[in-house]
Amino acid sequence: MLEIGLGHYLTLGAILFTIGVFGIFVNRKNVIILLMSIELILLAVNVNLVAFSASLGDLGGQVFAMFILTVAAAEAAVGLAILVVFFRNRGDIAVEGVNMMKG
Amino acid sequence: MTASMLLNDLGLIAPELILAGGAMALLMVGVFSKVDLQAARLVNTATMALFALAAAAAIWIAPDAPQTGFGGAFVLDALAVYAKAVIYVVGIAVLMLASKFLERERLAKFEYPVLVTLAVLGLSVMVSANDLIGLYLGLELSSLSLYILAAFNRDSLRASEAGLKYFVLGALSSGLLLYGSSLVYGFAGSTNFDAIATAAAADANVGLIFGLVFVISGLAFKISAAPFHMWTPDVYEGAPTPVVAFFATAPKLAAMALLARVLMEPFGPMVDEWRQVVMVLAVLSMGIGAFGALMQTNIKRLMGYSSIGNIGYMLVGLAAGTQAGVWAVLLYMTLYVFAVVGAFGVILSMRRSEGMVERIEDLSGLAKTRPGLGYAMTGLLFSIGGMPPLVGFFGKLAVFVAAVQAGLVPLVIIAALFSAVSMAYYIKIVRVMWFDEPKGEFLPAPAGVMAVTRIAGIATLALLPVVGFLFARVIQAGGALGG
Repeated sequence: MLEIGLGHYLTLGAILFTIGVFGIFVNRKNVIILLMSIELILLAVNVNLVAFSASLGDLGGQVFAMFILTVAAAEAAVGLAILVVFFRNRGDIAVEGVNMMKG
Repeated sequence: MTASMLLNDLGLIAPELILAGGAMALLMVGVFSKVDLQAARLVNTATMALFALAAAAAIWIAPDAPQTGFGGAFVLDALAVYAKAVIYVVGIAVLMLASKFLERERLAKFEYPVLVTLAVLGLSVMVSANDLIGLYLGLELSSLSLYILAAFNRDSLRASEAGLKYFVLGALSSGLLLYGSSLVYGFAGSTNFDAIATAAAADANVGLIFGLVFVISGLAFKISAAPFHMWTPDVYEGAPTPVVAFFATAPKLAAMALLARVLMEPFGPMVDEWRQVVMVLAVLSMGIGAFGALMQTNIKRLMGYSSIGNIGYMLVGLAAGTQAGVWAVLLYMTLYVFAVVGAFGVILSMRRSEGMVERIEDLSGLAKTRPGLGYAMTGLLFSIGGMPPLVGFFGKLAVFVAAVQAGLVPLVIIAALFSAVSMAYYIKIVRVMWFDEPKGEFLPAPAGVMAVTRIAGIATLALLPVVGFLFARVIQAGGALGG
């Protein structure tokens, strides 16, 4: 039977992290998807931290993960608030529309 | 036993306690007052007093030897005390710049000074962090407040766009930083900086190097070093000017102090690994700062590119990897920060009867119509650019000397060349101010803005003896100051 070890968790974390980063740069459609990508990055980090914590037998990583979850909630609230303000001024939330300033 | 330890720990964070308690109290004052404008003025003044109190507390409790508290998560040393004192003073100057501007733009809300207080609290936690968790929490507290401040003018499309861009890229940078932190934690076995230093000295394995690169990338976003600078010009242009004056100063200083601490303390044993990365960041930032600014017409945007370039010169000093380098960077940063506050004071004085203007050509003939502003802006710009004999020159020289001492001669030559290129756009603005025909006069600036501009302008020359002394100390005995 396949033993699931630290390496598997780290690979999962790396894949999720890469999907999140790509989601930010490749996505041309919708700002909401950017917010989802940011969440994905933070969750990838949490997978890493908890996996390391378990394999090191040290609680620090899990405490760190708890703090990240809390801050991620605050960050999502602030991000959505800014997005609502942007939508009220502009009328849509297409990523291509975020281009008033260039140069 | 534990109670006295707790009291001792609480004593170490006295400035932070003052700020945190003050921010919550002022929030209550704002919520329960009936008249909005009065509440905004009251909270603004009270916040300045709070910063002054926190600065006094930070200097009062400054220990002779570095002290750690909260199980090693928090450290109070010369670097932290120095950075905190500068951050609080800059906070006062920035609030002085903001109050009248916000009232005129109908943005005078009591939340503004409270958000600035929370951001300053975050910065202050950052510079004292001795643990990856503390680092992250301080960074996020300041960043979340700054995202809101960027979009503070919520009826303006440009401001909300600036806020959105800053949020998305800032959150991405926090993600990079966290991913790096998770790898560092996993391969060093602890989040504590001292434990990481021990692990890095024992075995600098590939996982630690990987984590370190991610952490540097995350912090490079915050100091807007190229290639992580994309947000800077847009946010500088779009956000309200007093907010930009804050962005360009205190958070940069705190992030730079934090980067210096992270590189020198936990990753001090890996200096050969990170020096390459910092050098690449430095050269790219200097290049983008020098050439990006040449074609700009908007003065705020130009200040954005100028800040990218100046961060590049600071990274040259950091690349030295010595205590002298760190203190040279802090000296440079301090002089830069105060000159930038003054320059934003001038930008905030650019108001005609039809409203605020922010193109470079709007400054034309400033030296004739408003000689005081003209002289101040000339001194400030040349100081930012590093023109001798103004104080900014000695900041830059200290950084270059530190890098030469560490044997980075080619890097310093490149930096000097970029520095010469970047003088071109500072001289261009000065030429516009002194030799172009005036295009109408600016309205008189509020007393607070006037005071900040004049003091910063005069300081570019008047501080020379002090800076000369500091310069000599940084060069001779950078190590003795401790860090």
